[in-house]
Amino acid sequence: MIKAMDITVTVNGEVFQKTIEPRLLLSDFIRHELNLSGTHVGCEHGVCGACTILFDGMPTRSCLMFAVQADGHEIRTVEDLGTMEDLHPLQEAFQETHALQCGFCTSGFLMSILPILEESTDLSEEDLKRAMEGNLCRCTGYQNIRDAVQLAAEKMSSGGES
Amino acid sequence: MKLPLPELPQFDYIKAESAERAIDLLQEKGAAARILMGGTDLLVRMRNGALAPTVLVDIKNLPGMSAISFTKKDGLTVGAAVTMNALARNSDVLHHYPLLAEAAESVASYQLRNRATVGGNLCNASPAADTAPAALVLEAELTVMGPKGERTIPAMEFFKGPGVNALEAGEFLARINYSNPPKGWKGRYMKIGRNAGGDLAIVGVAVMGYPDKDAPSDFRFRIALASVAPTTIRVHEAEEILAQNPITETVIGMAAEAAQEAATPIDDVRASARYRNAMVKELTRRGLVDVWSSLKKEA
Repeated sequence: MIKAMDITVTVNGEVFQKTIEPRLLLSDFIRHELNLSGTHVGCEHGVCGACTILFDGMPTRSCLMFAVQADGHEIRTVEDLGTMEDLHPLQEAFQETHALQCGFCTSGFLMSILPILEESTDLSEEDLKRAMEGNLCRCTGYQNIRDAVQLAAEKMSSGGES
Repeated sequence: MKLPLPELPQFDYIKAESAERAIDLLQEKGAAARILMGGTDLLVRMRNGALAPTVLVDIKNLPGMSAISFTKKDGLTVGAAVTMNALARNSDVLHHYPLLAEAAESVASYQLRNRATVGGNLCNASPAADTAPAALVLEAELTVMGPKGERTIPAMEFFKGPGVNALEAGEFLARINYSNPPKGWKGRYMKIGRNAGGDLAIVGVAVMGYPDKDAPSDFRFRIALASVAPTTIRVHEAEEILAQNPITETVIGMAAEAAQEAATPIDDVRASARYRNAMVKELTRRGLVDVWSSLKKEA
């Protein structure tokens, strides 16, 4: 009675067709079916933000969706940012301001902050707080992450690459 | 490579292509079927084993489910699948129903609000639902679709108990209408959680007030509470105090105490009953002071 389903989903610009069970979580689909392990799974109930991805451009918890719901939709994960050799300005900023220790929360932070910076690099204190409200960091506190977002905003507004 | 995953029990996922199909499925499967809206609550409950539906019926794509419309005559109509962020950023909502935007914005975190829906928030009938007190003070009407067609349920009659709503077998919530509130109204949603963003309400209080020449105090207020009773509740006793007596700090204090009287909070993981008891009075007072000062400015 339970049917596996065919889905077509665009991830980081690439189209994937997969046959999956409805119970497969989107976070597990991304990690285990697409082998994109940059998306981390922390609390698994929508609190920590580590699994944040962009779903049709909007930051979304991938642990609170089923992969079948992504059929026909567009996803961006942290792998869509820079490479080891050529970091995205936001990643550079995290590195330069020491905005991570263990790095577990980092991909979630990056994906939460990215669309906000892509929309505007002129961020108020309030915008900054809002950009970060849905992500937990358990290593180091949030000051360096705030500094990183500020620095990234400067990098991205001064005509850096996107 | 297939990794061993902590898997959920099996279920079917069906994207309903019409309201009739959704209703048929809900009738046929009964309690084994659950409606999937944003999933921000349902998935959590499926994962902790509290719910194990065998069919998920996704109704977000049905016509009108994600629409927001406003007219001077009919007020605001919000499709049940409108997300919290879509509601909180809608210009008509911000302009005509700032209380509703404030309540929607207080739900969880930004990422969650991109998925969480107004309909889901109301249908879960959680005592802590942040948009429920707003629905109560704005006297919203909920339009549901079911085997017998459409019917409308006033918000005041929708919440029956913790997790229990007034929907009958085969029915789903299609849209919510917030009629035009009385002229000159002001409203606030006051909430405390364990942290400033991203948490469920320990106490939530919606307050709205408007000028009314027929009231002895020249004003009427409506007050609704979240997280301090088995359902979200209106506090008519407090409202009556504010209608009958010229509004002063003392009268506001009396109304806040009446709200405290009406509350029957419990101890839980987020706060003690004692703390909630103290806070419901204080938040009601703060909300009333705030709304009253905005009303006075325009009087």
